[in-house]
Amino acid sequence: MSFPLLTATAALPAVGAVITAAVPAARRTAAKWLALLVSLATLALAVTVLVRFDPDGARYQLTESHAWIKDFGVRYELGVDGIAVALIALTALLIPFIILAGWNDADPLETGSRRWRPTQGFFALILAVEAMVLISFEATDVFVFYIFFEAMLIPMYFLIGGFGDRAHEHGEAAASTQRSYAAVKFLLYNLVGGLIMLAAVIGLYVVAGNFSLQEIAQARASGSLHMATNTERWLFLGFFFAFAVKAPLWPLHTWLPNAMQEATAPVAVLITAVVDKVGTFAMLRFCLQLFPEASKWATPAILVLSLISIVYGALLAVGQRDIKRLVAYASISHFGFIIMGIFAMTSQGQSGATLYMVNHGISTAALMLVAGFLISRRGSRLIADYGGVQKAAPVLAGTFLIGGLATLSLPGLAPFVSEFLVLVGTFARYPAIGVIATFGIVLAALYTLVLYQRTMTGPVKPEVSAMPDLRARELVVVAPLIVLLIFLGVYPKPVTDIVNPAVKQTMSDVHKTDPKPSVEAAK
Amino acid sequence: MNPVNYLYLAALLFTIGATGVLIRRNAIVVFMCIELMLNACNLAFVTFSRMHGNLDGQIIAFFTMVVAAAEVVVGLAIIVSLFRTRHSASVDDASLMKL
Amino acid sequence: MENLIALLIAAPLLGAAVLLTGGRRLDRVGHWIGTLLSAASFVFGLILFVDLLGKNAEHRTLIKHLFSWVPVAGFQADATFRLDQLSMTFVLLITGVGSLIHLYSVGYMEHDERRRRFFGYLNLFLAAMLLLVLADNYLLLYVGWEGVGLASYLLIGFWQHKPSAATAAKKAFLVNRVGDMGLSIAIMLMFTTFGSFAFGPVLSHATQASEGKLTAIGLMLLLAACGKSAQVPLQSWLGDAMEGPTPVSALIHAATMVTAGVYLIVRSGAVFNAAPDAQLAVTVVGAVTLLFGAIVGCAKDDIKKALAGSTMSQIGYMVLAAGLGPIGYVFAIMHLVTHGFFKAGLFLGAGSVMHGMNDEVDMRKYGGLRTYMPVTFITFGLGYLAIIGFPGLSGFFSKDKIIEAAFAKGGTEGWILGGAALLGAAITAFYMTRVMLMTFFGEKRWQPDENGNEPHPHESPRVMRIPMIVLAVGSVFAGGLFSIGDRFLHWLEPVTGHSEGHSPVSAWTVTGATMVCLLVGVGIAWAQYGRKPVPAVAPRGSLLTRAARRDLLQDDFNHVVLVRGGEHLTRSLVYVDHTLVDGVVNGTAAGFGGLSGRLRRLQNGFARSYAVSMFGGAALLVAATLLMRAV
Repeated sequence: MSFPLLTATAALPAVGAVITAAVPAARRTAAKWLALLVSLATLALAVTVLVRFDPDGARYQLTESHAWIKDFGVRYELGVDGIAVALIALTALLIPFIILAGWNDADPLETGSRRWRPTQGFFALILAVEAMVLISFEATDVFVFYIFFEAMLIPMYFLIGGFGDRAHEHGEAAASTQRSYAAVKFLLYNLVGGLIMLAAVIGLYVVAGNFSLQEIAQARASGSLHMATNTERWLFLGFFFAFAVKAPLWPLHTWLPNAMQEATAPVAVLITAVVDKVGTFAMLRFCLQLFPEASKWATPAILVLSLISIVYGALLAVGQRDIKRLVAYASISHFGFIIMGIFAMTSQGQSGATLYMVNHGISTAALMLVAGFLISRRGSRLIADYGGVQKAAPVLAGTFLIGGLATLSLPGLAPFVSEFLVLVGTFARYPAIGVIATFGIVLAALYTLVLYQRTMTGPVKPEVSAMPDLRARELVVVAPLIVLLIFLGVYPKPVTDIVNPAVKQTMSDVHKTDPKPSVEAAK
Repeated sequence: MNPVNYLYLAALLFTIGATGVLIRRNAIVVFMCIELMLNACNLAFVTFSRMHGNLDGQIIAFFTMVVAAAEVVVGLAIIVSLFRTRHSASVDDASLMKL
Repeated sequence: MENLIALLIAAPLLGAAVLLTGGRRLDRVGHWIGTLLSAASFVFGLILFVDLLGKNAEHRTLIKHLFSWVPVAGFQADATFRLDQLSMTFVLLITGVGSLIHLYSVGYMEHDERRRRFFGYLNLFLAAMLLLVLADNYLLLYVGWEGVGLASYLLIGFWQHKPSAATAAKKAFLVNRVGDMGLSIAIMLMFTTFGSFAFGPVLSHATQASEGKLTAIGLMLLLAACGKSAQVPLQSWLGDAMEGPTPVSALIHAATMVTAGVYLIVRSGAVFNAAPDAQLAVTVVGAVTLLFGAIVGCAKDDIKKALAGSTMSQIGYMVLAAGLGPIGYVFAIMHLVTHGFFKAGLFLGAGSVMHGMNDEVDMRKYGGLRTYMPVTFITFGLGYLAIIGFPGLSGFFSKDKIIEAAFAKGGTEGWILGGAALLGAAITAFYMTRVMLMTFFGEKRWQPDENGNEPHPHESPRVMRIPMIVLAVGSVFAGGLFSIGDRFLHWLEPVTGHSEGHSPVSAWTVTGATMVCLLVGVGIAWAQYGRKPVPAVAPRGSLLTRAARRDLLQDDFNHVVLVRGGEHLTRSLVYVDHTLVDGVVNGTAAGFGGLSGRLRRLQNGFARSYAVSMFGGAALLVAATLLMRAV
């Protein structure tokens, strides 16, 4: 038997989390370094997965399969396709930056405060989330996926509620109330989604007799497993609901602004750039493969919801006074694009959506982490408390601008490619929706530039005049992300090459072909 | 005599006991009423045993007596200790069971 | 030779990267690095130009495929460059004028502590602009298109500490984004129609697509052009863009970037040729804008804003010509090039005046400057003569041809468009004469400012004078050089195509009428600003003047409808999100909370009430059992 690479990739951060948690509180610096090293080692394993993966080979590669609960046909089955590989690489890449950016976020509070904050716990929880996210991307057994999809909520709950942002206009007590509200809201929303999915998972087992994604998909494709139309639709809705909460799709989105606002910036990045991707990823992998007919049936409604997400998220971002809330609403708009790309059912749309997941992760990380550095300097999240930062901290302002430009999908930066692919893919099948979604790019420019103008330009406010510029640690976090944004904007081929074959497979799962151009000869 | 009359008597005794439990405040009286209800049940069991012609009801009646005796021991102990700490045997004075 | 095309873009891109990431240690040499790399790009351009001249007219297209950019099933975007006569013309204009303005900026920005960064942005602009004109497909063009928008944003807002500059920059970017939306929809339409958006497949198969689709593509391209080239209805950003440093106004907002819309329309000529409705829309936009810009230009007292109005108007001419189809394409580009010379020269002259006048921009505080700054006066004067179309100078040749072509469109449209173009020529003569008279003639009107600093007008240093002189020479001779022997026509014709129109009026009549208009315009201006002294405070003016000072109320319209409306919309949406969407969820939570609060009261701790519920429950069970048996 060959080396279980996928298990190792997910197990390493899990083991790392346990060891990190066991480090005594007095030696918290050691815990930080340990967590960083574990995340880097995981990145090395993820790169190995990337290298070992052959885009033109079998659909699922590096597969592992062991019997687990025989009575219920649950197997421990792992395997990756191109889409999963891309997202595993993204996750493993972002975690070291998140750890490094949050280096001092969980230090014990100044003496006199009675809140207990175990520094090592913060890093252990981040690693635990990484482990669960990775295994969710790898699982090809619905039951295994479900367990980790849900279990992720536990460490996330503690990260939001226990290590939240302390910057609050009404003082520490108000911050604490807000924080627990956000954490509980996050938990309840996702739990409700998860429970509905559990019902659908059980329903699927009753219908299909096992939990194996590959077996069920094959049986459906060959016709040996027949599902009544209504059964398929209900099961689809059960799965989709959970993923739509996680993604999040309008109108199930309101937990995200609260969670991102109250969490520290690195945890906010963890939520939106890593954890939420499991939702959109699962739509591609489970909804489309297991329930192709129901997916097509639901497409119009989902497209309209995602369109609302795009415009609504962007409009609300324009109206925010809080920097992190603004980024959260921008993310809601971007998730609208991703979901739209998935359900446009064209190669361009789905490749674009996968690419979008990767690019959105990087661009939000860049913008949000710099915003976090900014907030930690001034101790306030309110846009109105800033002004003229550009003069005091030009490098910080410059990186913030690049992060913002990536968010508004400036051509030359990575998100442009994916956003355009999604738009083209949608337009090819649904012109009206494609055209309305294009308004999103104007609104994106509006909220980003207004944010930049109000915080960075204009006369220097006295509170920011002595603001220090980015430190070496912070520069180490931001610079690689920016380089990556530019590189993937100019040369996205490495990612598209991995993703394309998987998208082709998904397209054939749903029995869809791309619309043909009206003038054939021009090809 | 028609055994059904015993059943009427059992029902009457049970009702008296239940009413006593509900309306009396003194723990000792409540306790006695509970005993009354138990004995009403015993009477019913024995009557049923006679009506059906088997011994099951009588066996259960013995069980009930044993349980009732055990209950008296525990219950009286609780009442005595309550009285010692609160100087009252009223059940309404001890409302500590709520959340 | 093809590799040089990539170097053409790489040189300024390298400059931008080095200057923007290099840090303070490059502060002392940064501006020369920027200028040198820009000049290098110009030299590469010249080499390529000579190479093209040595080839047959049919073989003057060089294609350089760099790499496959976005390869997705059915969707192929390549990083491929196309150098033909049209892009060559732009390359020379961009790098030539660009290098001159780099040189000028060395002097103009001398005392700015962020000069290195300024040159970094200028280089970034050059790279993006070159990418725009060299791209071989619309998506790559789009990258350059937004790239120049970014550079424009950064440069308009260069003095970020001024809130007005930051606001103007944001406005420019946003209005341009509306236009960009048009471009992206056009690309999507091309993709669904032709399965491709590379120039080759789209333009050579344009005639096979249905006219409806082509009209839609054309109108979307027009929307894009309106945004970038400040045409009505997306013109409002250009006036505010004058907040940027003057060399920026000269390079980006006069000579090069704002003409990108004209490039786009001429490049997509094949699409427009097959979509007459779209063409008509283009000509209407051009004609309206050329009058709109000219009227605004008449009322502004800010020298740069007057010139901005003029730019808008002149680009209106180019768009008008581009909308005329093959009879106008060549002249649109010719006017674009000559305009690049004289308008850049005029802006540099304005910058030189401001440099000597403590950055004063109000022309009512100038007056009589010709003796203080003779070189600026002469170069500005030559640019002035060129723009009003003084016989023999650049503007005369190029503008005259456009007016002629407008009449040649034929029918009622021809008369209306031609008439508008003629009227525009008269107004151009008026407002430019006004600028000239208010700035360089009459009495001196400047006063000490509140700190008691009186401006001491002086001539600018040599690094600033040289570019002005070179551009003045270009403004004088370029038109003649291009027109005599129809050199420019023969050069561009293989790319754009050309057909002679049948004008209802003879060429000489048009020229005569233009001359009359010119004289009338100059005469009125002289009567108003030359004979009488210019008041230092602007008179109230007629209704039209007051409206024109406020950009014909377009900003007020935008403010009321878009800004206010948008604010209300977002504010109410924030409210809806908080109360309605979140309210439903929080309401459900509160409902469960309230219900459990009620249920909790049952647990009152009294043993007897528990007993009641027990008895009640037992009674219910018995009743239910009896009921079931009865049924």
